[in-house]
Amino acid sequence: MEFLGIEIPLYSWSTVIGSAISGVFLGAIYALVALGLTLIYGVLHIINFAHGSLLMLAMYAVFFLWHLFGIDPYLAMLIVVPGGFLFGYGLQRSVIGKASHGRDEIVLLVTLGVAIVIENAALFLFTANERSVQVPYDLDGIDLGVTFVVWPEIAALAGSLLITLALWSFMTRTDTGKAIRAVAKERQGARLVGINVEHIFAVSFGIGTACVAAAASLLAPTYAVNPQFGYLFVLIAFTIVVLGGMGSFVGALVGGFIIGITEQLGRLFLGESLGLITISVIFILILLFRPTGLFGQKV
Amino acid sequence: MTKKIQKLSRRQFVAAAAAGTAMASGALGFPSITRAASTVKLGVVHPVTGFLQFSGTQCRFGALMAIEEINAAGGIESLGGAKLEVVLGDAQSKAEVGAAEVEKFNEAGVSAIVGAYASGICLATTQAAAKYGIPHVVDVGVNDKIVGRGLENTFRFGPGFGNITKAGTDGLIAINNAAGNPTKTVVIVHENTTPFGSYMAGLMKKGLEPAGFEVMDVLPHPTPNKDFRNIALKIKELNPDLVIPSHYYNEGVLFLRTLQRQRVVPKAIYSVLGGASSQYRFLTEFPDAAQYVLDCNHWFDPRNQKAQALRQKTEAAGKSFSYEVFLAYTAVRFAADAMERAGSADRGKIIEAMAASTWSDHFMPYGETRMVNGQNQGALPMVLQVQGKEIEVVHPPRFKTSSAVFPRPA
Amino acid sequence: MSDRARVIGWAILATLLLALPLYVTSGRWIDFIELTLFVAVMGQGWNILGGYGGQYSFGHALFFGTAAYLQALLQFRYGLSPWIAMWFALAGSILVASFVGYLSFRYGLRGSYFALITLAFAEAFHVLARSFISITEGGRGVQLALNQDPERAVATFQFNFADDFLKAYGFYYTMVAIMALAYAATWWMERSRFGAQLVAVRENEDAAQALGIDAFRVKMGAICLSAAIMALAGIYYVQKFLFIDPGIAYGPSKSVEALFAPIIGGLGTVLGPLVGALFIQGVGEIAKEFIGMFWQDRPGVDLILFGIVLVLVLGFLPRGLVGLIEDAWRRLVPRAGGDA
Repeated sequence: MEFLGIEIPLYSWSTVIGSAISGVFLGAIYALVALGLTLIYGVLHIINFAHGSLLMLAMYAVFFLWHLFGIDPYLAMLIVVPGGFLFGYGLQRSVIGKASHGRDEIVLLVTLGVAIVIENAALFLFTANERSVQVPYDLDGIDLGVTFVVWPEIAALAGSLLITLALWSFMTRTDTGKAIRAVAKERQGARLVGINVEHIFAVSFGIGTACVAAAASLLAPTYAVNPQFGYLFVLIAFTIVVLGGMGSFVGALVGGFIIGITEQLGRLFLGESLGLITISVIFILILLFRPTGLFGQKV
Repeated sequence: MTKKIQKLSRRQFVAAAAAGTAMASGALGFPSITRAASTVKLGVVHPVTGFLQFSGTQCRFGALMAIEEINAAGGIESLGGAKLEVVLGDAQSKAEVGAAEVEKFNEAGVSAIVGAYASGICLATTQAAAKYGIPHVVDVGVNDKIVGRGLENTFRFGPGFGNITKAGTDGLIAINNAAGNPTKTVVIVHENTTPFGSYMAGLMKKGLEPAGFEVMDVLPHPTPNKDFRNIALKIKELNPDLVIPSHYYNEGVLFLRTLQRQRVVPKAIYSVLGGASSQYRFLTEFPDAAQYVLDCNHWFDPRNQKAQALRQKTEAAGKSFSYEVFLAYTAVRFAADAMERAGSADRGKIIEAMAASTWSDHFMPYGETRMVNGQNQGALPMVLQVQGKEIEVVHPPRFKTSSAVFPRPA
Repeated sequence: MSDRARVIGWAILATLLLALPLYVTSGRWIDFIELTLFVAVMGQGWNILGGYGGQYSFGHALFFGTAAYLQALLQFRYGLSPWIAMWFALAGSILVASFVGYLSFRYGLRGSYFALITLAFAEAFHVLARSFISITEGGRGVQLALNQDPERAVATFQFNFADDFLKAYGFYYTMVAIMALAYAATWWMERSRFGAQLVAVRENEDAAQALGIDAFRVKMGAICLSAAIMALAGIYYVQKFLFIDPGIAYGPSKSVEALFAPIIGGLGTVLGPLVGALFIQGVGEIAKEFIGMFWQDRPGVDLILFGIVLVLVLGFLPRGLVGLIEDAWRRLVPRAGGDA
C-alpha cells in the first residue's frame, strides 16, 4: 500500500512478531547503554556526550582481554566493570568537574571535547581496524518459531533486567545510594548536611561508566568495535534517557524497550533507512510534550 | 605547546624552522626551497581519520609499500634513478579537506597524485588537481562520474560501477547457467548512505531482469547499520533463491552473521562489492558464516607471484590484504610507470604518458592498460568464493582457481 | 576597547582581506584562509543563536544542509541559475529555522533540551535526505555538472576553470563577501535594540519577559538570522565542491565545526568566531606539520590536541580568546575612567 509516495509493504504476522521480538532484544541493549547515562543525567544534570566513546573504550578493553588473555567477554565483566568505575570517577573528578564550573551547557561541550579526545586516542592507539570477539556459543540459542534468539542476545536481555534491579537496590538500600539521591534532588541541601558533593558526583559518573562497561561485555559477542562505534548508540541513548525520565532506571529500561520495538517495526514497514525516523520523531515529541519523560519527576 | 618546543632537540628545532620558512616562503609564492634535486614528489591523499579511517589507512599502507619497493629497486630509471618522495595528506573523510590537501600538494611541487579512496572525496581532489594540471590517479572511487567529467588529468586504473555491475551480472548468469539454472528469484540488499550502494542496486536490477531473474525485493539499509534482523526476517518470508548484498565490511560481516544466527539459508549468496566476503580477516574470524559466499569484487591475479609476495608482506606487517591495499599499490605503480615512460617529472608530460599507457607489468587481471577518457578499459572485478579456508577465483574462467560451488550444498 | 578602536581594527582587517592577492599568491594559503573564513562564517551563524542568544544548538548542520540541498537540486533538476537558486536556498533554510524555532520556543525548550531537539531535527533530516531518493537522490548525492568554459564561469558561479584571476581568487572573494555580510549583520545586530533584547533574554529570560520583551519573537529572530548565515555557507560549499550528500549536508561534522569556533574564540562577540576559526585552523596546521614529523603514519593526533584545547578553553577561558585579548588590551592601554 502507498502512503505519501512510500510503498508500505504488508508482511506476514510471523515476520511482524519476529520483528517485534527482535525489538525487545535490541531494546535491552539500548537500555544497557542508557542506564548509565540516565544516572549521570539524573545526578549531575549533564548529557554526557562522551558516553558513546566510553562504551567504545570498554569494548576495546573486553576485546583485548579476550585477544591477549583468552578471557571470555562475560567473565571480563568482573574486570571491566570496576575498571570502568575507576575511570569514570577519575574522569569526572579531574576533568569534567573541573572544566565545567557546574554550568549545564558548558558541561555538554566539555563532554563533547572529551569524546573527541577519547575517540582519536583510540584511533591512534588501536588503529581503525574493526576488532571482533569470537565466542563458541555465538550460534546456539532458542528457536521461537518466528525467529531465532541466540544466547548472547538472551544474556543481554537478562543483563539489562539484572543491572536495573541492582542499580535500583543500590539506590534505595545503601547509604551511598541514598546520598546520591539526596544530591540529585537537592544539591545545596546535601552539601549542608555534610555530604561531599564532588565525591558523590564522581561516584555517580563512575557507576554510569561501570554500567556502560557491563553493556560492552554483553555487546562484544555480537558487535565489532572500531573507534567510531559509539556513534551508533549515542543518539538513541539520549532519546531513551529523556523518554524514560531523568534519573529513572525503570524509565531507561522501559524506554529502551519502547524505542527498540518502535524502531524495529518502523524499519520493517518504512524500510531500514526511513524507519530510523521513528527515533527522531519520538525524541522530538517527548521533548515538546513531556520533557520530564514517562517516569521522571516534575522538577 | 611551548613545553613541547623546549623539549625538541636542536636538530629537530632546525628542521622545524626550515619547515616553517618553507611554509612562509610558499605563502608568498616562492617555490619550495627545500626540494632535493633527485626526487620526484608524489602526493598520496586518503581519509585516514574520520569514519572512513580504516579503508583510508589500508590504502595509504598499500601506496607506501609500492613507493618503498620502487625506491628499493632503484627509483625512476629514466630520471637517473630519482627516488619517489611521498607527500602524505589526510582528507579527514571530508571532501573539502581532501581538496585543501591537493592545494598543499601543488605547493610542494608534486608531479602526480594518488588517492583518495572514497568517491565523494575523489570528486573534489581530482577537480582541485585539474586546476593545476596535476595528474591524479584514482585508486578506488568507483563512481563513474569521477572519470566522466572530461577532466584530462584524471585517471582510474581500476573498474567503476558500470564495469563492476556488468561483470557481476555476467558472472552470475554464467555461474547460474553452468549449474543448470537453479536460481531465479532474487532479493537485493544494499547500503544507501554513500553513492556506491544505491547505484549498484539499480544497475544490478536492470542487468538481471532481462536475463530472466526475478527481483522480488530491494532492501536498502544505512551505513553504519547496527541490526539486520528485520532484513533477515524479510528474506525468510520472501524465500528467494538468491540474496545479493552490496555494502561495506562491517555491515557485510553483521549481515552474514545475522543470516547465520537466524538460520536463513538461501540457495546462494552472491554479493557485488559485498564488503565482507572477499576479505581474509572475515574468513579467519567467522569461517562458517563465510563459507560458499560469492563476491564480485576487486581482486588480483592469483597466479601472479608478485601478488602473493605482496600478500605475504602485508600480512607479515599485521595488516589484512584487502582490496584497498592492492588497488592503491597498483595505482602508485601505474603512476611510476607513466613517469618512466615520460622520462620527466613534468605534470603535462606525465598526463600524456598516462593517457597513452600500455602498462601490463602488474598483477591485476586487467591485461594491457588502455585509457579512454581516463578509464582503464581492461579493468574488471572477478567473482570470488570462500571455499574452506581460501578465497578462490571462480570467474572469469581464464583466471579461475576453482569451480563455483553453486548452489551451496544443502 | 572603545568602539572607535574596534572600527579601526575591523577596517584594517577588511583591507588586509581585500588586498590579499597582493601578498599571497600560493594556492595552498589562499585555500587555508578561505577554509578559515568558511568556518568563521558558520561560527558566526551559530554565535548569533548560541553566543548572543544563549541557545546552544547541536544541530546547526540542519540550516547548512537545507540550503546546500536546495542550491544543488534546483540547478541539478531544473537547470536554474545558481544566482537564482541561492534565494530559494536562503528562504528554505529560514523556513526550516522558523519551523524548528516555533516548536522549540513555543514549548519553552531551553538549555540542554533545546540542544537535544536541534540534534534530533538534524538527524531527522539526515534520515529523510537519505530515504527520499526521488527528491534528494539519497545516498548517491547530488553531483553538479562541472563547467570548464571560462566564459561561463560567472554565470555558473564556478571558478575552477575561469581565467587566471578568478581561478585563483574567485571563491576567495566570494567567501570574503559572505563574511562581510555575516559579520556586518552581527555588528549591526549587536548595537541594535534587537541585540540588546536578545542578550537580555540570554541573561535571564523570565526577567526579560517581565520587562516586556517578547522573548519568543526575539529568539525566533535570532534563529532565523542564524540560519540565514549558515545558508550562505551552504551555498558557497555547493558552488565550490559541486557535490552534496546526506552525510555532508546533515551529518554531525558541520554542526560541531559551527560551534567550536565561537566557543573557543569568544561567545557573544563579533570577533570571536573569526579568532576561534583562525585558532582552530592554525593549531590544526601546526599540529599536522609538527606531528607529521614524528608520527608520519599515525593519524588522529592533531584531533586529540583539538579536544584537549577545547576542554582547556572551556575550563579556563570562559570568555574565549577574545576575552583574553580584551584583558591584554585593557592592561596595555590603560584608560582613565574605564571603557565600554
